[in-house]
Amino acid sequence: MIEGILIGLTTALTFQNILMVMVGCFFGTIIGMLPGLGPMTAIALMIPITYGFDPATGLILMAGVYYGAVFGGSTSSILLNAPGVPGTVATSFDGYPMAQQGKAGKALAIAAWSSFAGGTLSAIYLLFMAPSLSKVSLSFRSPDYFALMILGLTAIAAFSSKGQFLKAMMMVVLGLMLASVGQDSLSDITRFTFNNMNLTDGISFVLVVMATFAMSEALTIILKRNDPTSAAKQVSLTELGSIRINKEERTKMYKTIPRSSVIGFLIGVLPGAGATIASFLAYGMERNVVSDEEKDKFGKGSVNGLSAPETANNAACSGSFVPMLTLGIPGSGTTAVMLGALLGFGVQPGPRLYMTNPEIFWSIIMSMYIGMVILLILNLPLIPYIARILAVPKNYLIPLILFFSVTGIYVMSFNNFDIYLMIGIAVVATFLRLYDFPMPPLILAFVLGGLMEENLRRSLLLSNGSWEFLWDRTLTACILATTILIVVWHIYKTFKKKN
Amino acid sequence: MNINTTKIISLLFFIFSAFYLYTAYQIQVFAFDENAPFNARTFPIYLGYAGLFFSGLKLILPDPNTIKVDHKNLEYKKTGILILIAIVYGATILKVGYFLTTSLFLFASYYFLGERRWILMFLLSFPFVAAFMYLLHGILDIYLRDPFLQSIGVMG
Repeated sequence: MIEGILIGLTTALTFQNILMVMVGCFFGTIIGMLPGLGPMTAIALMIPITYGFDPATGLILMAGVYYGAVFGGSTSSILLNAPGVPGTVATSFDGYPMAQQGKAGKALAIAAWSSFAGGTLSAIYLLFMAPSLSKVSLSFRSPDYFALMILGLTAIAAFSSKGQFLKAMMMVVLGLMLASVGQDSLSDITRFTFNNMNLTDGISFVLVVMATFAMSEALTIILKRNDPTSAAKQVSLTELGSIRINKEERTKMYKTIPRSSVIGFLIGVLPGAGATIASFLAYGMERNVVSDEEKDKFGKGSVNGLSAPETANNAACSGSFVPMLTLGIPGSGTTAVMLGALLGFGVQPGPRLYMTNPEIFWSIIMSMYIGMVILLILNLPLIPYIARILAVPKNYLIPLILFFSVTGIYVMSFNNFDIYLMIGIAVVATFLRLYDFPMPPLILAFVLGGLMEENLRRSLLLSNGSWEFLWDRTLTACILATTILIVVWHIYKTFKKKN
Repeated sequence: MNINTTKIISLLFFIFSAFYLYTAYQIQVFAFDENAPFNARTFPIYLGYAGLFFSGLKLILPDPNTIKVDHKNLEYKKTGILILIAIVYGATILKVGYFLTTSLFLFASYYFLGERRWILMFLLSFPFVAAFMYLLHGILDIYLRDPFLQSIGVMG
């Protein structure tokens, strides 16, 4: 492991990669701060740029963007009560009241330190857990992978949209259907191309991500511009207050951070759970463990109430890299986008990644820590200035997002068809979003579609067409039982709500 | 059964899944693969049935979280114009070239979204695209086809 860490450090500490982390953190923070634009949009916009670099550098840039966007999301949560990303919703519970009391600077500083501590601790957990998990996952066979993918897709459908399980499952199926367009990987038979040569290679992953996130996000913002429920709140940043944290507040954070980082990391590791659930759980847990006096402050500007979700959401970000790097199965929509980018680089994540491409594996882990340090150094003194970006007029922001989306596709394919297809998918996605159809399950399914078919193919061929492979191995059966439990639980909840 | 837009979307998805399933059955596989445990049409067929199953369930089951969208407050006109500009942009980018079409796309989008600060609009279109193009083409070595710039001799 020491050798791996050294390889990672050598790769991560090159001038180019440090610069990439800095650039990633900075742009991630800016994009994450803008309400509606989360880490997935930020990373999607970066993908075409990363193709100009080697895989390690590209991933380091994306990891920086990811952390930056999560931190940026906290900034808009605290200052505007408009979370930039779902993972920072819980941050606004106590961050926004604190800002209203004239302590916005302090709230941002607590968020920055908690994010840093959460990210640092979870990077340490990841450092020790990832190699051992890689060894365990080497025992996985095709049926286990197939079952695990079903579990991942079901879990993301279950958790991504509260009470919208069936809608999320429809999005999962739609994502898999989109992934099935083009040549079959084994026989080269074309499917669903309708004799259109442009579809022979399938639909590009970047195209789907750009369409469903960046472009449809921009269209939704314009569409809802006059909607009083989602109108952009006026930014009042005249008084941010001091960013100093006093001794009493520090003492509270010392207790909150370790427990929230553990819960955040463990939730992040679970496929489909992610930063949102982690931050809510950490907030709830913190409320239960603090004194009655402190409990009364929750929702009114509590230090513990702000520190807990901030620590947990950053810890969950690192945690979500575990299934992606060790199993090749993303734990969240954002890591699904990163997995797609990795596949685009020709790198296959999975248990063998840390043997075949140790420089990528370890440099990502090491750059996470470096990213945390840079995020703190960069963002803490820049808080008052960064906050002003929230006032960027939508009239400029929207065309620029559309421009980056179209450019991303144009430089990859140089054909008009892909641009039309992207606009078409974006229009459909915008309409679906209006009615609360979640997009992360679609992306995850699109990324996993090919792998899922491949593993099902192997499993069915090995079992001579029998579906017994689903319960032949204990591991497969356990994974499937968990999936069934999630489905049954959601159906039960739907009926209970109705009655 | 209460008919709302979510149910209509589910019905459309049901029809789409039926069409997908029909097309999946039409996939031509090799003769020796016809009766294999797994061939090119196996996975799509399962997907088609899964689509029918989930959209069918959504159609039949009660919807406890009905989404109500107030269409009066939605900016359909501006969104439509923006989509139209994007389509024109997509249609002309190859023939005219990246620089001119992108700059005009940005300028037109700012205008239709209500912006009237001409100098800022100009700075955030033509010089901005030129700088971005230099970053992609000149620094990152990503090829950008541009017949317009080639015709006036700016690009080789």
